[in-house]
Amino acid sequence: MKGKFEPLILAFCCNFCPSCSADLAESAKLQYPPNIRIIKVPCIGAVGTIHILKALENGADGVCLMGCLEGNCEYSTGNFRARKRVQYVKKLLGKLSIEKERLEIYNLSAAEAHRFCKLAREITETVRTLGPIPLKIDNSKI
Amino acid sequence: MIVGQQKDFDEIKKMISGYSRLLVLGCQTCVAISFAGGMREVEILASMIRMDRKMAGQDVEIVEEAILRQCDFEFLDSVKDLVADCDVVLSLACGVGVQAMAERYPDKVILPGINTTFMGLTEEMGIWSERCAGCGDCVLDRTGGLCPIARCSKGLLNGPCGGSVNGKCEISPDVDCVWQLIIDRLKALNQLEKLEEIFPIKDWSVSGHGGTRKIIREDLTA
Repeated sequence: MKGKFEPLILAFCCNFCPSCSADLAESAKLQYPPNIRIIKVPCIGAVGTIHILKALENGADGVCLMGCLEGNCEYSTGNFRARKRVQYVKKLLGKLSIEKERLEIYNLSAAEAHRFCKLAREITETVRTLGPIPLKIDNSKI
Repeated sequence: MIVGQQKDFDEIKKMISGYSRLLVLGCQTCVAISFAGGMREVEILASMIRMDRKMAGQDVEIVEEAILRQCDFEFLDSVKDLVADCDVVLSLACGVGVQAMAERYPDKVILPGINTTFMGLTEEMGIWSERCAGCGDCVLDRTGGLCPIARCSKGLLNGPCGGSVNGKCEISPDVDCVWQLIIDRLKALNQLEKLEEIFPIKDWSVSGHGGTRKIIREDLTA
């Protein structure tokens, strides 16, 4: 792995607020790292443990969940559930000796394009510092 | 239902070390409800095992499957081809399911992936508690439908004891004194007189203390 490592980050974005922020960032031509690949989900609470593990198993170097602000979940408690689930998956990653920092959860509103970009840069930089996920997968093929 | 908890991953890792073709087999009944051994947990555990082996540079082939009930022989035949193709079966069923698999497939190594914990119910999402100890001689008719065998820390039949304080058990302020609950419920049902009857010494021979239990119904046997 010579040269600068570019991580692949999978971002699960709730369809209500964070996805709107991402769209807003794009229409405002704000830049965020191309390392981020967005998957829209109907609610961040719908992202299960298995979705996060499969992402990491199949080549993502990091995963972030982006949910609505606390108290603003369309389904009342989805973002709280997701936060607890992320803590649980971090424990599982600990069992596998995979750095817990590869997984993060953020809450943002529908009008935070600048913050979306900032968070995208933040997780990308964190994972870039950590290096490729230690699963011996050639990321360039993905 | 039977409530279980998945074993620690390190323990599972140790059990399956040396095997490269695994069948992770879940059970879609009780342990699926307690989020310990259903298809969801099979997928999660299989993913973790694959990642762990990849990092260790070891090959592993995992087949993920879950059947409706592992505690009935008739359901076990549906996986006979999968069992034949693997080195070992990591069963996420309760202890009954694991033993049924071992009995049905005597030539195959069957390993338990969960600890069978108790017979209980879901209080709310993520919280399960014990309700029945399977003592073989039910007393719920005399205790307002609340079991002192399973839910009294001392298993007292003529409670409460002196450790009951403000409706809580002396072992922890988080544990209800079931005898307080029994009294409250019988009072509400106008059946407090049931408490005047002293429970005689319980026959524990039907509770497994007389050896492994078995029921034979002659009218149903072949």
